[in-house]
Amino acid sequence: MYPADAAIAANRFGLGARPGELSAFGQHAREALLAQLQGAAPLLPELLPGSKQLLAQVTAQREQSRDEKQTGGAANAVAVARALRDVYQPAYVADAMARFRAAVASERSFTERLVHFWSNHFAVSVDKVVVLGLAGALEREAIRPHVLGNFADMLLAVEHHASMLLFLDNQQSIGPNSQAARIAGRRGRDVGLNENLGREILELHTLGVDGQYSQADVRGLATMITGWSISGESGRLRGGEPGEFFFREAFHEPGAAVLLGKRYAEGGFRQGAAALRDLATNPHTARHLATKLVRHFIADDPPVAAVDQVAAAYMASGGNLPSTCRALIAAPDAWKNQLSKFKSPADYVFSAWRALSLPLPAGAMQRDLRVFEDLGQRNFQPGSPAGWPDRSADWDGSAALMKRLEWAQGLSQRLGVQRNAQELAGEMLGATLSAGTQRAIARAADGAQALTLLLCSPEFMRR
Amino acid sequence: MNASRREMLRGAAAAALTAAVPGILASRVSFAAPAAGDARFVFVLLRGALDGLAAAPPVGDANYRQLRGELALNDIPGLVALDDLFGLHPAMGFLAEQWRARQLSVLHAVATPYRERSHFDAQDVLESGYTLPHASQSGWLNRSLAGLPSAGKAAMQHAGVALGAGIPLVMRGANDVASWSPSRLPQLEDDTLQRLSDLYADDSLLSRRLADALAADDMAGGMSGDMTRSGAGGGGATQVAQTAKTAAGFLKQDNGPRMAVFETTGWDTHANQGTDKGTLAVRLAALDAGLRALCTELGPVWKRTVVLVATEFGRTAALNGTRGTDHGTGAAAFLLGGAVRGGRVVADWPGLAPAALYQGRDLRPTTDLRSVTKAVLRDHLGIAAKFIDAEVFPDSAAAPCLANLVQTA
Repeated sequence: MYPADAAIAANRFGLGARPGELSAFGQHAREALLAQLQGAAPLLPELLPGSKQLLAQVTAQREQSRDEKQTGGAANAVAVARALRDVYQPAYVADAMARFRAAVASERSFTERLVHFWSNHFAVSVDKVVVLGLAGALEREAIRPHVLGNFADMLLAVEHHASMLLFLDNQQSIGPNSQAARIAGRRGRDVGLNENLGREILELHTLGVDGQYSQADVRGLATMITGWSISGESGRLRGGEPGEFFFREAFHEPGAAVLLGKRYAEGGFRQGAAALRDLATNPHTARHLATKLVRHFIADDPPVAAVDQVAAAYMASGGNLPSTCRALIAAPDAWKNQLSKFKSPADYVFSAWRALSLPLPAGAMQRDLRVFEDLGQRNFQPGSPAGWPDRSADWDGSAALMKRLEWAQGLSQRLGVQRNAQELAGEMLGATLSAGTQRAIARAADGAQALTLLLCSPEFMRR
Repeated sequence: MNASRREMLRGAAAAALTAAVPGILASRVSFAAPAAGDARFVFVLLRGALDGLAAAPPVGDANYRQLRGELALNDIPGLVALDDLFGLHPAMGFLAEQWRARQLSVLHAVATPYRERSHFDAQDVLESGYTLPHASQSGWLNRSLAGLPSAGKAAMQHAGVALGAGIPLVMRGANDVASWSPSRLPQLEDDTLQRLSDLYADDSLLSRRLADALAADDMAGGMSGDMTRSGAGGGGATQVAQTAKTAAGFLKQDNGPRMAVFETTGWDTHANQGTDKGTLAVRLAALDAGLRALCTELGPVWKRTVVLVATEFGRTAALNGTRGTDHGTGAAAFLLGGAVRGGRVVADWPGLAPAALYQGRDLRPTTDLRSVTKAVLRDHLGIAAKFIDAEVFPDSAAAPCLANLVQTA
């Protein structure tokens, strides 16, 4: 039997034990996790098109429709349909498959889980079609490079990434006293501020909803990030190289602005960037992030002592994420031998594939992604900027459970004869394997049923 | 649900009873039928904040046109005049029919006790029924199940059903409820199911959930195939209609649940929300089609049904800089069904004059949404007022139950 810490390291901190992983952890599970934080940023091994390239393709297509002399709504509809078919849909599938493969194959799956955590913290949702092709790029370009770096860098990278700007409508937000607003006013048109991104930065990305900010602070931050936009669009959004972030001076509200009682002098893009840097190191942000981390890694109701320790480490290190994670690993609550977290559907699928050591074919297609939709967690589609929820009750509904069982049976029936569930059980669950599950597996009618029971066991449902 | 699974369950339930194990299948036994003539209630949750000033626009308010600018609906063809003040968005043909049949009431300037502008906290308050966010892990709909008359608690098991893979907070809690979403995965084999229920015997959560799933399967077994096949949830027209039809399939069974909840998304219209056409119109049409499907599928049961359609908060009175609206306060809600005393706009209208706006920007709420919900629970479902005040909506003295919203038997 492997030490209890090994199963916790692999299943709670990581994405699930692969055969051999628990024995590799041996007596040194904590050290192994700490070592994972030392390595290079967990970038994807595969090369996928960047957001600039994807947006440039869409822009080119739009111009093509225009050249074909289609006008107005029809031209727009054709362009959108083309972008979806030729650019966004393939990009979405490629990205979802790449992160699936990385989750299954990773030998540093704690860092891969951190990628998922932060990607969900800064969620965009592809039910807003404009980000369908860009959600994966946001994770690759703004999350992965900073998961083992500084939160402030990740925050800035996310908030001026095309995917986030489009998702929360900031590319069109216009300062009421900006040049663009004055011109529009002379033409009798009302344009102005859209406070969506400003609000969600404060509520979801930094301070948290209890972070002691006001409606005036929402306006203040929204004002400072007016002009944060994307180039290459037509009409009033013209300017710059297609697909790149573009600071649109004409949209930017001139003058100083106030956030949380601090005055930020006019400084173009730097004004909003400075505000984000301050938000990143605000104690409310530390508390908010620590609470979410502890909820994700330790328990639905985060133990206060652990939150205190993680928040303190965050503040002491100026938002250094490896230091913050080290405090999480050091929290005694994380190592209590209890399966306190009910796996999300994605966690469940990843851990099953890892346990079964299934290589995902490089040419895998959309049908391989259907499981996420079937189990209620379609890739990059949490439905709101708050991301996927993170408590047992969010995932343990009866219909959801039944689908999980049905999927596990299907997978087991494909593989049952090739896997020895009795051996696998110890490799997957280590010290958390219960006598009841062992007995059920031993008495199963056949290999497929044994594997089904293992994958459906109470201890494999949790981490 | 096939016959063999049912038979097995019955056998297993009996076995569980003889073994005196209060395990998974024992709860099946107490899945009892409410009386056939009982009232039915559907709660439709619109996540993302429906723009009430577009769904039921106060076109007769002197300040409306100017606040809304190019989003104003005053001159839109097909706008249904409800009275001198309010219209009904033209995308909602079914609701217009219900209005004419006096089976729709529009509630306006309503809000939960929540006064900030976070979707997520607002939804929490809307669903928990408490006055502050994150005050409870259970929802008012779940708690109200225990107050249903004419039966003890045990008989009320699965008197509630949530349509969708997850159970929304409003339906979560101590009372067992069914949840259902269609599956395209092959069904679990009976023998494996039996072994799993044994394996879960010591796990109170999983054994409860498995029993709930089987109960829902059982109920869904009586429905036609097309009702249970495609996806539940979401906001597209087909999806909403399918979900609504499935809800009706549960509710219309004599031994079916009495309360159902489903949700639709996509109401957060910050940019380019449109007027009679556009993003919001498409969503409203999908909702309307869903409610029509619910009515059609319920058939004669519609007569004893009340549907409450509500959202977490309203949107800004004025349009924003991107032809949309931002998070606001006062909202609109709809109460419809054969048991509604409809044909009325129920609103203590505060007006849209600058001084009347809440914080100078939002429709001021004048009616607590709980006052409406309480009326449905008390007058339609027959839940005791005392129980409602103590268990369903604690700290709701500020929200007295409204009278005459529904037909009383």
